[in-house]
Formats: sequence, C-alpha cells, structure tokens
Amino acid sequence: MDVTKVLDAKGLACPMPIVRTKKAMDELNSGDVLEVHATDKGAKSDLAAWTKSSGHELLKDTEEDEVLKFWIKKA
Amino acid sequence: MSQSVATKELAKKIINNEKTLILDVRNTDEFDNWKIEGENVEVINEPYFNLLDSVDPVVDKLDKDQEIIAVCAKGGSSEMIADMMEEAGFSQVYNLEGGMKAWSEHLEPVKIGDLSDGGALYQFVRLGKGCLSYFIESDGEAAVVDANRMIDVYEDFAKERGVQIKYTIDTHLHADHISGGRMLAEKTGGTYYLPEKDATEVTFDFAGLEEGKDITVGRTSIQVQPLYSPGHTIGSTSLIVDDQYLLTGDILFVRSIGRPDLAGKAEDWVGDLRNTLYSRYKELSDNLVVLPAHYSFAEELGKGGSVSARLGDLYQRNAGLQVEDENEFRKMVTENLPPQPNAYEDIRKTNMGKITPEVEEQKEMETGPNRCAVEG
Repeated sequence: MDVTKVLDAKGLACPMPIVRTKKAMDELNSGDVLEVHATDKGAKSDLAAWTKSSGHELLKDTEEDEVLKFWIKKA
Repeated sequence: MSQSVATKELAKKIINNEKTLILDVRNTDEFDNWKIEGENVEVINEPYFNLLDSVDPVVDKLDKDQEIIAVCAKGGSSEMIADMMEEAGFSQVYNLEGGMKAWSEHLEPVKIGDLSDGGALYQFVRLGKGCLSYFIESDGEAAVVDANRMIDVYEDFAKERGVQIKYTIDTHLHADHISGGRMLAEKTGGTYYLPEKDATEVTFDFAGLEEGKDITVGRTSIQVQPLYSPGHTIGSTSLIVDDQYLLTGDILFVRSIGRPDLAGKAEDWVGDLRNTLYSRYKELSDNLVVLPAHYSFAEELGKGGSVSARLGDLYQRNAGLQVEDENEFRKMVTENLPPQPNAYEDIRKTNMGKITPEVEEQKEMETGPNRCAVEG
C-alpha cells in the first residue's frame, strides 16, 4: 500500500486521535492514504464511524501489541 | 472553560425525576447500545467527530439557555465539545466528569424499609448499569448482597452507620458485572457466601449459600433464608429477609425474568427456571416485596429511585409469569435472546478467581448494559 503520511497518535486519549487524524487528512489530497497509529481503544470504533460519516475510506485496520493501526484513503 | 457535573449530581437529578437534557457525543453504535436513561431524561446523540469544525449541527436542536449535560465515553471528548458550545454562546453546558465509564460506577443508596427489630434494608442502585445490590443492617451488623466491584462505597456506608459488615452474599455467579463480594469480605473480615453449585470452578474459599442454612444478621436475628431457585444459573439462590423481602437475584425482575443462557446452558436450565417461577415462588406469600439484582428500564425505577414490587402483583402483570404453555415458555427464553453482556465470559472467570484483570481492564469489561433479562 502506498502510504502518503504516517500519523503517530499513540498515548493520546480521546478525542485527540480523531482530532489529529482529521487535521492530517485536511492537509492531504484526494486519493492519498494516511496511516494512523493509536493506543486508545475507543479510536477503533470512532475512526470507523468517522470515516463513514466524512466520506473517507477505511482501507484496513490491525491490532498488534496493543497498537491499533488504520489506513485511511482520502475522499 | 465549561463547567463540569459529577456523576453523583446527575444521579440525584434522575432519582428526583428532574428534567434532564443530555447531549451524548459518542459514536452512534455505542450510543444505541447503552445510554443514560431516566423517566424525565431526554438524550440527543451527535458524535463529537461531526462537531470538530463547528457545533452548528446541534445548534438548531438545542436552546442556548437550556441546561445541557455533555457526555462521552470517558469525559475527554464531551469536555472539548462543551467548551466549543460555550464559545458558540451556550450558557449552561456541563461536562459529565469521567463520562459513561464513571457513570457506570456510580452507586446510589436508597432506603427500602425498616426491619422488625429496628434494623433496615437499603438498595444500592447502579443507575448506569442497572445493577442492584443490598445492604441489610441490624444491631451493629450488616450483610451485603450482590455487591458491586466498588466496595469502598459499602465500606463507607457501613462506617457512617457504625455497623460492621459480617457477611457478603452473592445470589449467583454473576456474568454482567464483577462481584465485590469476595474482596469486601476479605477487607472486613467477613464471610463470603456463594451457592455451591455455581462455585464448582472457583479458586478461593467461600461458605456455601444453601437452603436450610439461615444467616443471622445482628443479635436480634434478622433471618436471611436462602431459597434454592435455579434457572439463571444452576446455583441461583434467593433470599427471604425478615419474612418481608424476597431478594430474587437474576431470576425474577420487575418487568421481566432471568435469562438461562449466560453459562451456555439455556436448554438445560429452562426447566429449572420454569419450576422456580411457576412453582417455588408461587408457594411464597404474595405480600413479599420482590427486590431483584437488576433492572432494565427507566420505568422500573420507583419512588426515590428504588426498584421493587409486591410478588402477588408481579403474578398479575409481569409478562414472563403469564406464559401458561410450557413449550411457549421454553421458546421465549431460549430463542430471540438479547445480545450477551459485554465480556461476560471473562467476567465469569474473574468472579471465579481464574483471572485477575487490572482495575482499568475491569472497568472496560463492565461497560454496557447488564442484559441479564429476557422480556416476556
């Protein structure tokens, strides 16, 4: 996967992972992919719901050693 | 900076039936799964991530001079939204401190009544989760039934009243919340009772809660009579207190009945559940006051926030007690069951002593509603 930018949101509590993700996405171009790393468990369902409501596409998400990773394609 | 409101103040508002407006900013799936409820509570859901650019989406729905309590999972997102709303001209926005996680932990004590020797019975209402526990007090001694994990609440209550907790009793092995019974007994030097049949896999010492072995609280003997009443679990045991109260555990609720499937044995236990509800309990006095271990609907909260009903009345109006046909009953309690409580298998293991999660993890495990009932 062609990742345009990686955002490290580890250690941040809700709402910061989404706030930072949104900000990073605002700076990308349509079709770009943002990779997000987070440790807040709430980020999983919130990011999925946020991408849905904002029109972006959540390409993939994984969980390894308590680190959640997301790949989001900008609409 | 917006102001905040503690869970205790919100609990008082709900119990006093005050009009309460809540803006829940969690994502809609979480909101639909579990939210703050009450007779006079109005809840609006708008996820915080839809409000990051501006709070306009909620401006039309809300009055700027209205009192609004913003709520999220842990209190972080709702604080940000409350601040943004204040900047947008809302004058009375409060953030619920600690969010739904803290709300889930709040216990509100409500006095149910006096006992014949001058003692008293209190119900502890866990508004956020619908769990009910009991504090039986008589002559300097106390027993706590179906205690929640937040044991300091019972300890403080005992201290305030100058009584010593001598017994902690679980009516069954819980699947929806982590029991505080064992810890509380350890801390107060009391005895922890659990039905033997639910305890075959537990890793600690306990006293068997058994029909025929009455427990006496206080010198003047308030009898706590165990009554074997299986169906929710194989060991489920009810308690008759002072010939006035029937603590039904998760067998019979005010508007519903217990579900038999949380230990994976719905088919095996449905017959026991039927027998308990349609025979054993029927032999008891209609005048007993039923005090269950859970409630599921805001309408079940009665005067002063308590949850109770006369046994005879429940035989008239609880839908789960009106199913004459045994096959129909079997179908009702084994098919179309609601989803299981969050992390119920790990909660059962924790209550057996098989695993010991960190406190933070225990809190996560307990999020969500209790879901111990099946509606008739």
